[in-house]
Amino acid sequence: MIAELGHFALILALLIAIVQSILPMVGAARGARPLMDVAAPAALLQFGAVALAFAALTHGYVTSDFSLRNVVENSHSLKPLLYKITGVWGNHEGSMLLWALILTLYGAAVAAFGRNLPPSLKARVLSVHGMIGVGFLAFILFTSNPFLRVLPVPPDGQGLNPILQDPGLAFHPPFLYLGYVGFSMAFSFAVAALIEGRVDPAWARWVRPWTLVAWCALTLGICLGSWWAYYELGWGGWWAWDPVENASFMPWLSGTALLHSAIVVEKRDTLKGWTIFLALVTFSLSLLGTFLVRSGVLSSIHAFAVDPARGAFILALLVIAIGGSLVLFALRAPALRSTGSFAPISRESALILNNLLLATAALTVFLGTLYPLFLDVIGGDKVSVGAPYYNATFVPLMVPLVLLMAAGPMMTWKRADLAGVLLRLRLAFGLALAVAVIMIIATKGHEALAPLGIGLAAWLLFGTLKELADRIRLFQAPWDMVRTRLRHTTRASWGMSIAHAGLAVTIAGITIASGWQQEAIQTLHPGESIALAGDVYRFDRVEPLPGPNYSAEQATVAISHDGRTFATVHPSRLTYPLQRMTTTDVAIHTDGFSDRYVVLGDPQPDGGWIFRIYYNPLVPWVWFGALIMVLGGILSLSDRRLRIGAPVRKPKRAGGELAA
Amino acid sequence: MTRKRRRLIFVLAGMSCLGIATALVLNAFDDNLVFFYSPTDLVQKHPGTTRRLRIGGLVENGSLVTSEGGKRFDFKVTDGKTDLAVSYVGVVPALFREGQGVVAEGKLGPDGRFSAVTLLAKHDEKYMPPEVAEALKRSGEWRPDQQAAAPGAADAPQASARP
Repeated sequence: MIAELGHFALILALLIAIVQSILPMVGAARGARPLMDVAAPAALLQFGAVALAFAALTHGYVTSDFSLRNVVENSHSLKPLLYKITGVWGNHEGSMLLWALILTLYGAAVAAFGRNLPPSLKARVLSVHGMIGVGFLAFILFTSNPFLRVLPVPPDGQGLNPILQDPGLAFHPPFLYLGYVGFSMAFSFAVAALIEGRVDPAWARWVRPWTLVAWCALTLGICLGSWWAYYELGWGGWWAWDPVENASFMPWLSGTALLHSAIVVEKRDTLKGWTIFLALVTFSLSLLGTFLVRSGVLSSIHAFAVDPARGAFILALLVIAIGGSLVLFALRAPALRSTGSFAPISRESALILNNLLLATAALTVFLGTLYPLFLDVIGGDKVSVGAPYYNATFVPLMVPLVLLMAAGPMMTWKRADLAGVLLRLRLAFGLALAVAVIMIIATKGHEALAPLGIGLAAWLLFGTLKELADRIRLFQAPWDMVRTRLRHTTRASWGMSIAHAGLAVTIAGITIASGWQQEAIQTLHPGESIALAGDVYRFDRVEPLPGPNYSAEQATVAISHDGRTFATVHPSRLTYPLQRMTTTDVAIHTDGFSDRYVVLGDPQPDGGWIFRIYYNPLVPWVWFGALIMVLGGILSLSDRRLRIGAPVRKPKRAGGELAA
Repeated sequence: MTRKRRRLIFVLAGMSCLGIATALVLNAFDDNLVFFYSPTDLVQKHPGTTRRLRIGGLVENGSLVTSEGGKRFDFKVTDGKTDLAVSYVGVVPALFREGQGVVAEGKLGPDGRFSAVTLLAKHDEKYMPPEVAEALKRSGEWRPDQQAAAPGAADAPQASARP
């Protein structure tokens, strides 16, 4: 009964979305206010209907309603409650429903908070948003319906893939989707602006916070995903340039570019066409990511051919959304007039360069991800593209970007004094150089990348701190004045400094973690030990450990340094009888600077156990840095100027309208 | 500075960015593309011993020998027509066993033995690496009812053993 209610709510949501995409658009074209006013309540209702459907599916999972095919295939009555809930989006149908839920959530947010938007723009934005909703709701209903029943009702479900039964999975997809789908907002605003033929600072002031929300969520989502892969998959790494990872990283790169170019539109009323283009591209990349992950093309081009309905449907959505929006862009973009002018050396130019580098980097990732698929489709060789490709293309593009990042914020709008900026950065440059030289000495010149990476991180960190210090005139003005300036520093500029510093932390983490990882693989009997990176790992014992839907063996390993035991960890090996699968539960001891990572392998015939142990220096910084970036983003979001959104019209004019 | 001149500068900057990217990508493709071979392909095409490549097929029944305290694995990978001797040192993925599909990345030795640096296997017993399925189909050894590639296998992240 509740499942039927959910199914019905989903159909209702599709119908509302159809109404929402047609009526307000017609109303905006004819200037008919009643038709435009349909948009906001429709968006709210659509969200309500999808939320109801989502709640109904969750109910099916929590109560283990095995008359639902989706629940049978992905759940089991013995599964812990948390994984029953997260199992809702641990499968294709449910995750698409989550996609739709978040899409409509953003639509509802425009409807609820967009009171200050010009009515025609708001109507068009919500209409475009409705169209995306139509596409995805139809996709769910016609190809991936989670509410299909199964007869006869099986006694129990088939369970969820054990590696997905993890708290990391609870939060990774929702944040990833909040980010992915959040760029739909920028997309809807961009298409609406193209139809209106008008982009102004007020438009950018609306788009920027929503892009920032999406960006923060995506950053967090990617960070959680990488962390989950690190502790769950047990190979000691945190990023593999896997197509699934790239699918989320490409929108992040172009979204980051969009975030910066929207600033130029807002503050300087220029770069409009490019910003619109980026907004279209960013959401297109999100759609591409959805297509790559959801159509099955990654597991095999042939899987796509086996179940063509889903893949073809998303591909059609992709073609319509990307093709349609780009055609519209080609037709209408030349009409966008920019007023601001600027010199080649200015903050505008620095941001353009930032955009060019980020866009090019996204392009190299795009080519690396899609080239093997392309080659396979045309029937050529089977190839794979791995980390060496990205190290040779992506990394060189990041070097100038980071060099620029320290200098960019010091440049003034319109015309900047490059010599002056470089002079202000001389201390940061000297410190970065010193750090790089220390690294060269420490590695005895054997490593080229490490001094470069750490030097860049130091340059970015010190450059950012110097910009902050100059802004509040630290050590340059009397303390009172510094305090006043500190108080008047906007949260947006704090956010910028913090986010940039976060990237410096991440770069340091990536450099050290990829250069200095140490590893040992050995069979140990209870009582034996391995030495690795100055620590001694002693294997004490293995004990059986019963679980709700698995059985496990848990080892006890004591880690000591100079004879002093500082940690005892418990790696384990889980066997899921239902799926006949074995997974490993990695034990990680972290002190914030480095991780000791212990994996329990297979038992050996002679009574020993295989152990794989990694020493991962500075790896936590990869995620700390990402969290600092998110913190910067959130701080910037809380800035009053952004919270208000579009400027409130003068009361006099509003009164005039009322009187008329 | 006129608007035209400014535009020219930015177009040039954009073009040079794209140019650099193209050069980087072409150069990287030249060196870093890893090609896939079935054992039969490998014998026929002789890709040489310097390039990194991927091979795949089924781990032949009865061919797996473990040594060096469970760290070293010697086995044969077959596509039904040709066998290829493979050796690997490290920890194998949980689902690596005889009769299962496997993809190995590494280099071909001068003695014709393939030394694998990485073994790839999905965390799903029904899963068959697509390259392996393709190679088996070509050699006529494909039995889909036994080894159907699980639809939606892309949902499960690839687990791989890297030494």
